[in-house]
Amino acid sequence: MKAGVLDVARLVIARDLRLAFRKPSQLLQPLMFFMIVATLFPLTLTPEMSRLRDAAPGVLWVGALLSSLLALEFLFREDAQDGTLEQFALSGQSLTWMLFAKTCTHWLLSGLPLALFAPIAAVGLGVPGEAMWSVVASLALGGFALSLIGAISAGLTLGARRGGVLLSLLTLPLAVPILVFGADATHQAIIGGDFGPPLRMLGAIAVLGVTLAPLAAAAAVRIGLE
Amino acid sequence: MATWTWFHRFGSPPWVYGFARRWAPWFGGAALLCMLIALYGGLVLAPADYQQKDAFRMVYVHAPAAWLSLMIYTTMAVAAAVGLIWRMKVAHAVAAACAPVGAWFTVAALGTGMLWGKPMWGAYWVWDPRLTAELVLLFLYFGYMGLRAGIEDQAKADKASAMLAVVGVINVPIIKYSVEWWNSLHQTATVMQMGKPKMDFDMLWPLLLMFVAFALYFAAVLLIRLRAELLRRERTASWIREVLT
Amino acid sequence: MLNVTGLHLWRGDRHVLRGVSFEARAGQCVLLTGRNGAGKTTLLRAVAGLLDPEEGQVAWRGAPARKTRDVFHSELAYLGHEPPLKGDLTGRENLRFATGIRRAVAAADIDAALTRTGAKEFSDRAVRTLSAGQKRRVALAGVLLTGAPLWLLDEPTTNLDADGQQLVATLIEEQLARSGIVVAAIHHALTLKSGETVNLELGAA
Repeated sequence: MKAGVLDVARLVIARDLRLAFRKPSQLLQPLMFFMIVATLFPLTLTPEMSRLRDAAPGVLWVGALLSSLLALEFLFREDAQDGTLEQFALSGQSLTWMLFAKTCTHWLLSGLPLALFAPIAAVGLGVPGEAMWSVVASLALGGFALSLIGAISAGLTLGARRGGVLLSLLTLPLAVPILVFGADATHQAIIGGDFGPPLRMLGAIAVLGVTLAPLAAAAAVRIGLE
Repeated sequence: MATWTWFHRFGSPPWVYGFARRWAPWFGGAALLCMLIALYGGLVLAPADYQQKDAFRMVYVHAPAAWLSLMIYTTMAVAAAVGLIWRMKVAHAVAAACAPVGAWFTVAALGTGMLWGKPMWGAYWVWDPRLTAELVLLFLYFGYMGLRAGIEDQAKADKASAMLAVVGVINVPIIKYSVEWWNSLHQTATVMQMGKPKMDFDMLWPLLLMFVAFALYFAAVLLIRLRAELLRRERTASWIREVLT
Repeated sequence: MLNVTGLHLWRGDRHVLRGVSFEARAGQCVLLTGRNGAGKTTLLRAVAGLLDPEEGQVAWRGAPARKTRDVFHSELAYLGHEPPLKGDLTGRENLRFATGIRRAVAAADIDAALTRTGAKEFSDRAVRTLSAGQKRRVALAGVLLTGAPLWLLDEPTTNLDADGQQLVATLIEEQLARSGIVVAAIHHALTLKSGETVNLELGAA
């Protein structure tokens, strides 16, 4: 009896979570990277909190983007190398759905922890306490959209030389809308303005991403496996 | 049924090669003619703008270059999609040939934009939404060309870059919208819009003609590059020997 | 049931598959032979649908495999050069996943398959700690567990000792007896005691 969609999703998520927790250092690396990047900005700009506060949305979002680019390396590369990604493609189940499950797990392991961790960096950038929860919310949502878009570039660069740099080059232009709306949401939260509209735009992008990105990622992976 | 024979002809490399060889000079000649007339119209005939004086004449190169850069990206994406869906090798060759031309038009748009910015606002670069979006478009072109260069196998490179082009073209309107949103948030005192000045017909027709000229130029260059692409891709095929002798 | 007609495939500039055609009915085993680089792996991957041939067609049960891809894949077990196993998971966990995404499977079934291929004793160790031959035994258990009628095996006896090679032959015989089909690329001769064998040599100019 063929396995149902929920079983497939459950198995994929369980597998990736189990694998991640057997190599916990891999989980921490993107987080550490984010913290280092966030520290570099005060070092290179100014220790003055009022000026850092102005730069905070940019620092947080660029840091989050760079960190997620690092994390995207882990999405498909190992599975492609040991042949298990082929198993996904040959399973007779929807590759789109399986990759969506993988991407969600990837976000749970990289994007979400980063969003939860961000207040620590934000404090160092002069972000007021009242703004914190919207910082977390916007980074979590934006991180999810980034994972979705990144899955496409990760699939496309599977067979390419210097795939890591190429992955960043491909993802960055596509990530511009996420960065613009995400940084605006964070900025509005800091100055106490209305962060609703940009947050909603971010949500719209995430929804669009959910409907289209896994399809594109599956097509990209099939091409990459050739 | 006639459309299908036409479609099939476009799928045949030798036929397309012959078409490109025959038509490229005509497109090139027409482009040159239009360009000369448009330049005369824009640089000499058109009256100077009330506000910007003669500096506005940069628009005659800047705007058509920007439009072309976007049009070429779309053409590239359509050709790539055709190649993916109908598995036409020629379509992939067209997409590959488009990319460098489109990238150069983008550079031209950015360069002329910078040259226009200096007399306008005293700065070589302004984060005008259109210029910024143009810059992101350049990165999209680089990504496409980088992906093609990074994959050894031609067929795989074709398919992967085709997917990227399709994803990119869907993203372009979203990127443009987000950049305009971003720009509207940070309205500074001087409106830093690189907008075209209000134009009456005397000023407008050279602009439109220049756009046509650039489009013809693109067609000519595309056909020439396409021939080179076809020669390279089909180098082991038998029809090549006949063509080269 | 499996019909391959006029398959042409290029890898870069090399014309690897030149109009390969063959047919396999239930209970038949097709053995692919040929020197290195002849295209055995390419052919298997093309039949499996991982590679797109420029010309030709693969048909399964009368329908083009490309059109019925998911159904075709659910009836297919593919084992490539490298056993597709995650190094950080145990053999058992690997199989639970690989089989589970295809069909509901009980722990007892997994045990039975592991025992059959002689992999039970090391099935609870991380795959990364196993030898190449042990990994292959785990992978073979995975093939058994799919219950698929069509097996595509790329040099299934690699890294196996004499017992292991005999095991592969026996497993293939049992698959054929179940009216299954096996297409296997092999380097050295594989003699089956039962079931019909068809030989296909690739790369013969």
